[in-house]
Amino acid sequence: MSAVLPTATTRSVPAKPGARRGLIGAARHGGAWLAGPAALLLVLLYAVPIACLIGLSLTDYELGAVTLRWLGLGNYERAWADPVFRRSIGNTLLYVALVLPASVLLGLGLALLVHARRRTRSFYELIFFLPVTATLIAMATVWQFVLHPKLGPVNQLIRLLGGHEIAFLSEPFWTIPTLALIGIWQLVGFNMILFLAGLSNIPAELYDAAAVDGVAAPLDRFTRITWPLLGPTTLFVVVTSCITAFKVFDTVATLTQGKNGSEVLLYALYLEGFQYFKMGYAAALTLVFLVFILVLSAAQVTLLDRKLHYT
Amino acid sequence: MSATRRAWLSRAWPHALLLPAALLVVMPFLWMLGTAFKPPAEIFEVSLWPLPRSWFGFTHFQEVLRSAPMGRFMFNGLLVCSGILAVQLLVAVPAAYALAKLRFKGRQWLFMGILGALAIPIQVIALPVYIGLATVGALDTYSAQMLPFFLSMFAIFLLRQVFKSFPDEIIDAARLDGMTEIEIVWRVVAPSARPAIAAFAVFSLVAHWNDLYWPMVVISSTQLAPPPLGMLLFAAAESGANYGALMAGAALITAPMVIAFLVARRRFIQGITMTGFR
Repeated sequence: MSAVLPTATTRSVPAKPGARRGLIGAARHGGAWLAGPAALLLVLLYAVPIACLIGLSLTDYELGAVTLRWLGLGNYERAWADPVFRRSIGNTLLYVALVLPASVLLGLGLALLVHARRRTRSFYELIFFLPVTATLIAMATVWQFVLHPKLGPVNQLIRLLGGHEIAFLSEPFWTIPTLALIGIWQLVGFNMILFLAGLSNIPAELYDAAAVDGVAAPLDRFTRITWPLLGPTTLFVVVTSCITAFKVFDTVATLTQGKNGSEVLLYALYLEGFQYFKMGYAAALTLVFLVFILVLSAAQVTLLDRKLHYT
Repeated sequence: MSATRRAWLSRAWPHALLLPAALLVVMPFLWMLGTAFKPPAEIFEVSLWPLPRSWFGFTHFQEVLRSAPMGRFMFNGLLVCSGILAVQLLVAVPAAYALAKLRFKGRQWLFMGILGALAIPIQVIALPVYIGLATVGALDTYSAQMLPFFLSMFAIFLLRQVFKSFPDEIIDAARLDGMTEIEIVWRVVAPSARPAIAAFAVFSLVAHWNDLYWPMVVISSTQLAPPPLGMLLFAAAESGANYGALMAGAALITAPMVIAFLVARRRFIQGITMTGFR
């Protein structure tokens, strides 16, 4: 499972000078058209759109509008002053802050427990991975029912224990934590599988050798061997979980539609762009979103590159 | 005696943690299936027991199929996902070969572009691509649903890694036999990457089958909705009153992927975890 960790090797092997010439050499230097469709799509789907996005974000363009006014950084100033946008950023960060530690630590914990199982390992893998494959929109509807104030089992349990029922998806205090709970439920199995792959890459002899040196207690084995060697995996899991959490959209679109204080960045972006058709403003929000994503990806590439050199 | 008991305990305690966790994770699935087979009266009773006490048969499922074109949603999903996958491979396999084995001007630029685009999610290009599609009047079509995913940077990146280790001697021999480059791509190099292609296929199918954002942006007619958007429309139409039918609908929507996962567990896990996913 080495494919789990992208190593970002951009170097390519230089062609041997003076090696095979003639027919074969010509063939090697031809064939650029094989990459043509990919290059064309790269320009049409990425280069041109992103250039358009940057241009649009400086205007007040609305879909179908005939005129267009230059705003400079007006859209960004407006976003900065917009309480709804500020709340959507705050909510997104809160969501990430809840999902990230829980999904990573629980994923690690489950992986450590499951890794040592022999006969039941595939059973647990199956169970914990199930939410990853299930269509989230359908399962969000199920969660809505499970958490329903009157008809759901969770509130029934709360009532039986003598508590007051909680409207998980309409009380502003609870909306983001509840969405985060569903996010964690979906992500834990995915992270567990990544950690399992990392664990099976640690050579068993290391533990034997450490035992000879007196490192035998489970906690020592974990802090001295497992945790350090799991470093690159952990980093990868943290960054991908962070990006996944940052892109929270499906559950918001299904369950709250951004109501009751549950605005998140992507949903705000969706509303401005595709419901109100304020393309210029939405373009500015998109670029804010892109900056967050690029910072996370850059962190991943540089940190992973550095880490991988001494493992 | 106490030694064997201790050995038994040390093997048993992880299950004391894992089993409740597993139960929590499958709870929504149990609740979904249980409710789908419960008569309405029992749903409104709200017990903590997930399974139906009196069997309601497939009545809720029939209600779903009457009120929403579930079969159509599935068909749309299948069509769009296989269309995306086919074009992704047609574009990515030759490009990956060219990047791995050929020398041409702009190769480094192309590769840097691919690497850069790898980090860019669909939500970033959604707005300009939407405007483009609106301009040419192609919104609300199957093609609009597929277009932004035709280029998979991940496929190119992955296959390039695989193709790089393919022996040059075999390619040269094929050239001396008079094979053209495109024949070499599909008949010599691509077959060697079958496991990677299969893993990518799983990744691509799952990702696009479950995708909601882009269909929500470009699709407005129910007839063209893929399963996730169909579920959203169906849930909105039911307005949360008939939970039996809603759960039956959710069960129908999740069934294809869950069944496929249960059948090909190894391939699924391998395919989906190959990347950061989504």
